[in-house]
Amino acid sequence: MNSTFILINIFALGCLTFAFIKDKTKTKQSLIVAIKSFIHILPTVLIIVILIGLLLGFVPSGEISKIVGKQSGFGGLLLIALAGAILHIPALLSFPLAASFLKSGASVTAVAAFITTLTMIGTVTLPLEIKELGKKMALLRNGISFIIAIVIAIVIGTIL
Amino acid sequence: MKIENKERKMNVRDYIPLGAIIIVAVIMLLIFPDRIDAVTNTSRAYFTEMIMILPAILLIMGLFAIWVSKEIVIKYLGRTSGIKGILLSILLGALPTGPLYVAFPMARALIKKGARISNIIIFLSAWACIKIPQEIMELQFLGVKFMASRLILTIIFVIIMGISIERIIEWSNKGKVNLKNGR
Repeated sequence: MNSTFILINIFALGCLTFAFIKDKTKTKQSLIVAIKSFIHILPTVLIIVILIGLLLGFVPSGEISKIVGKQSGFGGLLLIALAGAILHIPALLSFPLAASFLKSGASVTAVAAFITTLTMIGTVTLPLEIKELGKKMALLRNGISFIIAIVIAIVIGTIL
Repeated sequence: MKIENKERKMNVRDYIPLGAIIIVAVIMLLIFPDRIDAVTNTSRAYFTEMIMILPAILLIMGLFAIWVSKEIVIKYLGRTSGIKGILLSILLGALPTGPLYVAFPMARALIKKGARISNIIIFLSAWACIKIPQEIMELQFLGVKFMASRLILTIIFVIIMGISIERIIEWSNKGKVNLKNGR
């Protein structure tokens, strides 16, 4: 039990109570949306959880830090940033995964790069982004996002 | 009926990779039974931590998705500019509403309404990576220092990116007009 857990649950219950008093039908709709997204995300939660178990249980931490640790340099950073840009993992679930990377010896810089490219850049949603916003805007947004993700990661690695 | 079918199919597709990884895990643990404790304990600990926080986050997202309509967001973002516009873009993007693909049609509607490109880019990027539910998960799993410094840096760079992309697009559009006039 920690404070984040307690606060977020109190906040959620507070919102729910307030919403229920204001509009019962809308609250019901919201609950259905929430339950559906829970069912939808559950298999991925289990995948991530098993993956983390295997990662921390099998891979010796020295091996991971060789690829994406402090001594791996810019190449490792580019590699993990690229992985984050290509992989399609729900953003919410990237944080526990990132935590397990840190535990197994990845550097703060690498983890920050991974999360930032994962959330900012969407290769799976790129066709839709191009369709809705045009090629120029979509490619500029994703391309520049990659560069600033690297910069953010390096700065975080220096200050933390 | 049709939609229900589609949803069921989607769910089945989600379970195939799960089945695959369970098989891989079982085989690996059968070959190396000494790792069973390490793997199951780690998985259980992470699962507990996630399951304590995810339902609340999804509930908050559900409430906001229904209550904050697209129309409201488009209305507010379409008419503000300057620092107020930037702050509003970040705030409305960060609200715990749906996935990124919901935001693209909204961004398109905003372009049509004549909203500033910088604000649209900032709104989209905030939606992608400054979302409140993500910050909560980040706080839980990576700690307040990591979360806060990444949040501040992301806000700064997203604003810079929004303004730069606006400049680039305006500059390239101007170039095209000049070229046409030149002919």
